[in-house]
Amino acid sequence: MSTIAPELVGDAVVGAPRPRRVRRRADLAWLGLVPFAAYVLAFLALPTVLAVGSGVVSEGRLDLGNLSALADPVILRTFWNSTWLSLLTALVGAVLGAAVCYALLGLAETGPVRTLVDAASGVLAQFGGVMLAFAFIATIGVQGIVTQFLLQTFGINIFADGTWIYDLPGLILPYVYFQVPLMVITFMPALVALRPQWLEANLTLGGTRASFWTHVGLPVLAPSFLASLLLLFANAFSSYATAAALASQGSQIVTLQIRTALTSETLLGRQNLAGVLALGMVVVVGLVMWGYSAVQSRAARWQS
Amino acid sequence: MSAAALGAGRPTRWVIGVAVGAVFAIPLVSTLLYTLRDDQGYSLDHWAGLFDPARAYVLRPLWTGLANSLGLAALTVVLVLGLLAPTMILINLRFPGLRRAFEFVVLLPISIPAIVLVVGLAPIYLVIGRTLGTGAWTLAFAYGITVLPFAFRAIQASIDAIDAVTLSEAARSLGASWPDVALRVLAPNLRPGLLAASLISVAVVLGEFTIASLLNRQVLQTAMVVVGKIDAYAAAMFTLMSLAFVFVLLVVIGRVGRIGAAR
Repeated sequence: MSTIAPELVGDAVVGAPRPRRVRRRADLAWLGLVPFAAYVLAFLALPTVLAVGSGVVSEGRLDLGNLSALADPVILRTFWNSTWLSLLTALVGAVLGAAVCYALLGLAETGPVRTLVDAASGVLAQFGGVMLAFAFIATIGVQGIVTQFLLQTFGINIFADGTWIYDLPGLILPYVYFQVPLMVITFMPALVALRPQWLEANLTLGGTRASFWTHVGLPVLAPSFLASLLLLFANAFSSYATAAALASQGSQIVTLQIRTALTSETLLGRQNLAGVLALGMVVVVGLVMWGYSAVQSRAARWQS
Repeated sequence: MSAAALGAGRPTRWVIGVAVGAVFAIPLVSTLLYTLRDDQGYSLDHWAGLFDPARAYVLRPLWTGLANSLGLAALTVVLVLGLLAPTMILINLRFPGLRRAFEFVVLLPISIPAIVLVVGLAPIYLVIGRTLGTGAWTLAFAYGITVLPFAFRAIQASIDAIDAVTLSEAARSLGASWPDVALRVLAPNLRPGLLAASLISVAVVLGEFTIASLLNRQVLQTAMVVVGKIDAYAAAMFTLMSLAFVFVLLVVIGRVGRIGAAR
């Protein structure tokens, strides 16, 4: 605003010399954007291009041969594992998280409960990572508190069929543990945006609380719920730290397969496998996030 | 009728709260009990062992990692305050037309998984390793990117809460230079946002594992994995302390944000 107004005045009233001076200052202002632009180019754009490009470019030429790695049965299975793990934990997380949001709705936004739940959700959803793995090892690991308690009190051995905690099934509980808080963070704004007046209107027109939810509340919330579900899926699909700390061996899911590909030069007799896997991940997560923003913009109609 | 009318009734709220709260408390309480458990029963032996000189060699990676992480957190905050914040002020005051494009760029790291970024960062860090060395501090460049979405949201909320354009026009018409406008007029008004952005950056850096681990740099989280293989109790104790510390950070951010919103 501040730049446009004087320029217009200058053009209309004073004539040629003024605008030139203004334009020169605008040029200098552009320079202020250079450091940040250079930084983002070097550490965001370049790595992304390198990651995705290294899968399809070899020795300076486009080479789509590497992409056949994505059809390899081993790779397909890791993508499948990542998909069902993400879908399962996203669904459980979304339902439980929505229930928590519903319970929180009745409480004051600035009250102690909301403040503490918000902070705890942030910790567990975004900064847990490795630490959640250790918490679950201490809980349901072989020497874990709950494992030993069940064994000594009820004689139940949760690892009777093998120590699944360090394998794929062991990831389900820790993943749900960070998906529920993420749902609370992403879904709460949609629930807060519901207008009490809509309930009022529904009641004055002879409706009930139940009919409000079935005819107004849930339809309005449905896009937000779907958007949050997609975000949770993408979150689990890209998650690495918890899985890496729990499953120190093996590469059951895509992110762990990328670790293996990065640390061993040729895997499955292929080069650039990390790049191919990264490309595959970007495609999946990109599609899901595109769906997220499409649904979210639909949901935003009710949130102004 | 208030928003509370839409919410769950008191009994429903209690049922959901107690059920989910209990499920979420189990791993944390178990971890605490785990650190207190010894051969006979429960004691503070493991906690006292943190400062036992005889065991210092086991725990040394943790202290090194913690020091590196704190240094990285400070550097990342410098990037946020010295690079992101001035650029945001510039965009909002001089190039409002770029706001949407800028927002798209700084929110991108949410959609790009850290592990994908690492695949591309690996060759870049080979170059950095040759020129700047392989010190842990070099990770700050990558961390500055991962904190972008968080820091951006915190600062933008503050910029939206004040009338930055009017403030800067007033200062300019009274003869202030642009650096003066940024440092002496806008920065003090943006303090809640800048503080929240700094604290959330600290939280992100302290919890970061993916990039550090795959680029072979020692930070707190990678040290916990290394030490956890030798001494699971130490890993559990540091888990509790880190989670508690980040929790306190986020409570403070919540408070700061509220002060900002109330302006």
